[in-house]
Amino acid sequence: MRVGFHAPDTVEELAYLVAEAADTRTPLEVMGHGTKREVGRLVQYGAVLSTESLVGVPLYEPTELVLVALAGTPVSQIEQMLAENDQELPFEPVDLGPVLGFGPGQATIGGVLATNISGSRRILSGSARDHVLGVQAVNGRGETIRAGGRVMKNVTGYDLGRALAGSWGTLAVVTEVALKVLPAQREVRTLLCFGLADPTGVEVLGLALGTPFEVSGTVHVNGELARRFSDEEISGAGQTVTAVRVENFPAAARYRASRLKQMLQAYAPALELDTVRSRMFWEDVKSLRMFQKIGKPLWRISMAPTNATKLVHSLSRKIDVRPLYDWSGGLIWLETPAISDAGAVEIRRTLAEFGGHATLIRAEPQARAVIDVFQPLDPPLMALTAALKQAFDPVGILNPGRMYAGI
Amino acid sequence: MSQLSMPRPDPAIVSRRADIVRQLKKLVPDAILIADQEGRRTFETDALTAYRCLPLLVVLPGTTDEVSKILRFCHNNHIKVVPRGAGTSLSGGALPLEDSIVLCLSRMNKVLSIDLPNRVARVEAGITNSGITEAVAGQGFFYAPDPSSQIACTVGGNVATNSGGAHCLKYGVTTNHILGVRIVLMNGEVVDIGGNYLDAPGYDFLALIVGSEGQLGVVTEVTVRLLKAAEGARPMLLGFDSSDAAGGCVAGIIAAGIVPVALEFMDRPAIHVCEHFVAAGYPLDVEALLIVEVQGSEDEIDTLLEKISEIAMDYNPAVMHRSQSPEESAKIWKGRKAAFGAIGQLSDYYCMDGVIPLSKLTKALDEVGWICRKYRFDVANIFHAGDGNLHPLILYNSNDPLQLERVEMCGAEILKLCVELGGCLTGEHGVGIEKRELMRVQFSEADIAQQMHIKAAFDPDWLLNPGKVFPLEGNRVQ
Repeated sequence: MRVGFHAPDTVEELAYLVAEAADTRTPLEVMGHGTKREVGRLVQYGAVLSTESLVGVPLYEPTELVLVALAGTPVSQIEQMLAENDQELPFEPVDLGPVLGFGPGQATIGGVLATNISGSRRILSGSARDHVLGVQAVNGRGETIRAGGRVMKNVTGYDLGRALAGSWGTLAVVTEVALKVLPAQREVRTLLCFGLADPTGVEVLGLALGTPFEVSGTVHVNGELARRFSDEEISGAGQTVTAVRVENFPAAARYRASRLKQMLQAYAPALELDTVRSRMFWEDVKSLRMFQKIGKPLWRISMAPTNATKLVHSLSRKIDVRPLYDWSGGLIWLETPAISDAGAVEIRRTLAEFGGHATLIRAEPQARAVIDVFQPLDPPLMALTAALKQAFDPVGILNPGRMYAGI
Repeated sequence: MSQLSMPRPDPAIVSRRADIVRQLKKLVPDAILIADQEGRRTFETDALTAYRCLPLLVVLPGTTDEVSKILRFCHNNHIKVVPRGAGTSLSGGALPLEDSIVLCLSRMNKVLSIDLPNRVARVEAGITNSGITEAVAGQGFFYAPDPSSQIACTVGGNVATNSGGAHCLKYGVTTNHILGVRIVLMNGEVVDIGGNYLDAPGYDFLALIVGSEGQLGVVTEVTVRLLKAAEGARPMLLGFDSSDAAGGCVAGIIAAGIVPVALEFMDRPAIHVCEHFVAAGYPLDVEALLIVEVQGSEDEIDTLLEKISEIAMDYNPAVMHRSQSPEESAKIWKGRKAAFGAIGQLSDYYCMDGVIPLSKLTKALDEVGWICRKYRFDVANIFHAGDGNLHPLILYNSNDPLQLERVEMCGAEILKLCVELGGCLTGEHGVGIEKRELMRVQFSEADIAQQMHIKAAFDPDWLLNPGKVFPLEGNRVQ
């Protein structure tokens, strides 16, 4: 197989290339626009296979809440199309491009599925994988396969579409994805409390999620990181910021915000942001604005919310960390110092106490070369992981070694 | 008996039955083994009662360790295993094989922990679906997936079939609510996947296990998400002179940016049977009835129902009625949830579970009616309109072998229609044995082969719940 960059125009051609790579045992770097190609272990590939030329939306039925897109279609294009029909991607995909040195809005929908990195609304609406209705993909044998479909409910056969979510291109090359979309939220209200200590802030966010008001965003931001928000009232406050979002039709959003405000009152007076300022705030979170300019290592940690501040407190006694807590603490974006292991040893050791997993999203290549970028798995799960890789990609040519050595 | 056959039993295994019982008695307590014929008879079928088969033996484990020991023994002795919860499968997913052991998890029904600050619960797989909600309802929380059989079916069974329910239009199905499982592989190995947090590390094994119909492993413990219940909920009834108008109204509601928590459809025969059975207050002189439920505060509910009423006016509703009290709401839902039972009082029925794109609703209902007339069966339609999940109930006499064969042909034709219209064979009941031979209608050989590679990755010898999901011909067990 020819070394270099391949961006086939058709699924047939893509399947042919994969089959050829399988025959010649050429490891392929699988990607869309490559905005997230720096995430993962350092691996040498024989050629690049990009889905960037597979662009388009073959089907969009707003009244059925279904959209089918080819994998290389930019998410920004899909979001615009949905916005024209007052709809949106409910899982609010995080745009990792800017923190990884790319411009905003370049990520492809295939890349979003492959990495399953969902945004703040995940607590209410679910993750990217939760919205997958079906996929077409090319496995490591070069066979084009379909799973799921384009309807809302489907339990026909195993759920391969969702299983490909978060597999970082190591199981199959997704060429088309059918997604469930939802009506866009017309009114957004955000309540901000300033200066709450991390444990209190995260506790308050947990309480907000335990209300019936369909809270769709809960973040608590370290004071240092809060300075990097676009909104001057937030960046100028120089304190921690705790934010709770509600969305709905205008009257409902206002009602819910007022009820939550009463609840927050016990902790701190809450500032209420209107729809325009709310959107700006959550756009900053979605594009990880606070981590863009400063190129320190960045981790993404998923764990039980009530342990989040304990983890960070414990870590901060060893290394200098700056956390943004999303999902009421269930997700931590953590900036660590540019030390040789990016803080991996301490993070993984401390995390073992509390449960959860950490992925290194940004680091210098030297660091990625020596540490586990993805959370090491227990031996039984690792064995299953190897077996699943074998079931999709027996020769091991699709992003081999990107997640785990030998897989 | 009808056309669906099962894998040929291995005579060597069947003849060793007494020996197998003896050996298992050494591994696990006597009390959890059911070896006598009468005891085994209880487990010979599930809710697809047209098919029956006595298993070699039934085991009712009480711990993960017992499950592991039994599976390792079966693995080493090449004995097939059929996992089972409450046996409410409508697709034959828990049908035993003559040379299989049924592993029934109904005794493992404990709540292991409830963690409200993190909004999760860890339960054993044999707990009933409503058992989870009952454990947390006092604190205002609930477990969202709500299949009609929820008072009987187990969460392990829900995991196996990725169960939905009337309220999954808003809340999603089982796969959206499972955070972790403890699963025992066929070789007896115990694997923990996920945990008490969102998004498990590594490959999304939960996605594969949920909906795998008990073919990848035996789930013994499950960590589920808990949600806070809404302030209130209220349904309204919308009756129309045609299913076309009802379908238009559903599309209109969604186009207006409203996703109700439930959007259920019943046709005239279904309305009449349910009303007769529970006196739910349904109008009798309409062709199609929608039950639309919204949630929120009293004001929010009023506003949303007002909007929905305005939209409905464009489709000339014959009846528009908002529930006036919690008692009336409960009655409206009782009618819907009792629908299958009510029809079962009248006649045997064959329940279909195909899904279609919503825009094809009218065409689908017309064709379903036409297909059933062709086979000379009456049909009642009840379904989740918001997500296009049809449940035509074909009325027939199961004691007449000719009718059974004909009703299966009729059902197959309906499911093929669903696929042709852009939908799928099953939305929530699973493939089981029932739709096994239709998989090729929806999938190519490569699609099916990929799924079978995954089956083999978990269970290389194909011992776990074989003869289900995949067409028998070309299936590794044959």
